[in-house]
Amino acid sequence: MNRFSYARPGSVAEAVREVSTNPAAKFIAGGTNLVDLMKYNVERPTHVVDLSRLPGLKEIEETADGGLRIGALVSNTAAAYDERVKERYPLLATTLLAGASPQLRNAATTGGNLLQRTRCYYFYDSATPCNKREPGSGCPAKTGLNRIHAILGTSEACVATNPSDMNVAMAALEAVVKVAGPNGERSVPIAEFHRLPGDAPERDTTLGHDEIILGVELPEPRFTTHYTYLKLRDRLSYAFALVSVAAALEMDGDTIGEARFALGGVAHKPWRVPEAEALLRGSAPGREAFAAAADRVLQGAVGLEHNAFKIDLARRAVIRALSQAAAGTPQSQTDKRIQ
Amino acid sequence: MAELDLPTRQGFAPDRGTPDGLPDEIDITLTVNGQRRSLHVRPWTTLLDLLREDMGLYGTKKGCDHGQCGACTVLIDGQRMNSCLTLAVTKDGAAVTTIEGLASPDGELHPMQEAFVEHDAFQCGYCTPGQICSAVALVQEGHARTREEIREHMSGNLCRCGAYTNIVDAIEDVMARGTAR
Repeated sequence: MNRFSYARPGSVAEAVREVSTNPAAKFIAGGTNLVDLMKYNVERPTHVVDLSRLPGLKEIEETADGGLRIGALVSNTAAAYDERVKERYPLLATTLLAGASPQLRNAATTGGNLLQRTRCYYFYDSATPCNKREPGSGCPAKTGLNRIHAILGTSEACVATNPSDMNVAMAALEAVVKVAGPNGERSVPIAEFHRLPGDAPERDTTLGHDEIILGVELPEPRFTTHYTYLKLRDRLSYAFALVSVAAALEMDGDTIGEARFALGGVAHKPWRVPEAEALLRGSAPGREAFAAAADRVLQGAVGLEHNAFKIDLARRAVIRALSQAAAGTPQSQTDKRIQ
Repeated sequence: MAELDLPTRQGFAPDRGTPDGLPDEIDITLTVNGQRRSLHVRPWTTLLDLLREDMGLYGTKKGCDHGQCGACTVLIDGQRMNSCLTLAVTKDGAAVTTIEGLASPDGELHPMQEAFVEHDAFQCGYCTPGQICSAVALVQEGHARTREEIREHMSGNLCRCGAYTNIVDAIEDVMARGTAR
């Protein structure tokens, strides 16, 4: 790990000042991702600014429009077991429990999870080129080992995926990320928070270097009965998704009223296609409608040498997840048999 | 107990890699296994390295050093965490319990330690301190009831000898007896 100085600011404004004058400064909260990357010399901050004691960011509170605001420093454990989250956003609660291990969830924060970096082997290996780690150096993943890589929204420069489970549920729930920076606060819809790699894969998100996540706001709860988070991975627990699907439906009698679904493990950001959801609205829930939505969401998917299986896996995962959501039988995160 | 001023490893062997202008060790306070300690740490020292190298608490193990194996699991303010991914300086003021802090001062083992012995829940023993700290937290958390749930909630602790069946037996036994502290 490289050497660095350490600061523990007492306010958001002070924290912003600490990094705004130093492009090599980094914020730390839970540290589960940053410290790991620092041990691999992937992240090499010269100044680490500890946000973990900032006041007012550890609460889960009601918002004026009937939603819930989860502070950036709320741990993944605290969010997953919060009674309001469990009751009003069960999709988010179950998704959080699909991720990482209890130890990591205790330390990892809501804000940090949003900023979790890719698990691409080449990004982690500082002996190899990587456009995300070292812009312009090249992408060995495209022609190398790419079983875990993206099938959608890739670019010449990068085929990495976003590894987070939480982000996938946040996308389906249309969360809004609250951010503070030198020029005040702003709100970023989750769809605009993470970005596709394009020709700047070093940027995972649209967050500025000197901006701090204050929290995430969830809109008024809607999908409390018909939801699921289906995560498919190489071992049954404590592994990143090869493909995952967060699905949420609102039933209108025998037909689907509202539909949301997002995919994880397939792109540089949670993959959501409104046109695919539109195909479901007004349809009778069933294999035909779900397959059409799956085909639409995967339109344009391209497999690399080792990950082409993800296209078919994702298609079947979407159909299965929508079936689970429609039936009101969410996937258990303990009993891994897929219902 | 009186506060102890412990020299750090870096104190004995100055780190030549420290660039000019960086602060020296930072003063922090930790309550480790019930004892309040005043410590001096470099910002990059992990809690794991502090416990093992500076405080001589070798029970907590370094396995992968990347949060993947769970051998370094300790309780921080009652919550299980990977001490290898925790910068010690960020835990100023916290209470840390390691495997050394579970038994009673008179040497009586913690029920979870007893159960691991009774059920032969280890072979080489390297992962065991992390497994036991994790299992103690699991019981306190109260989210796991069935064997399936115990397995899921212990997924952050790997055992390369494959003692999982007996580890789950030990935890189930402690839960059934309701003797977790």
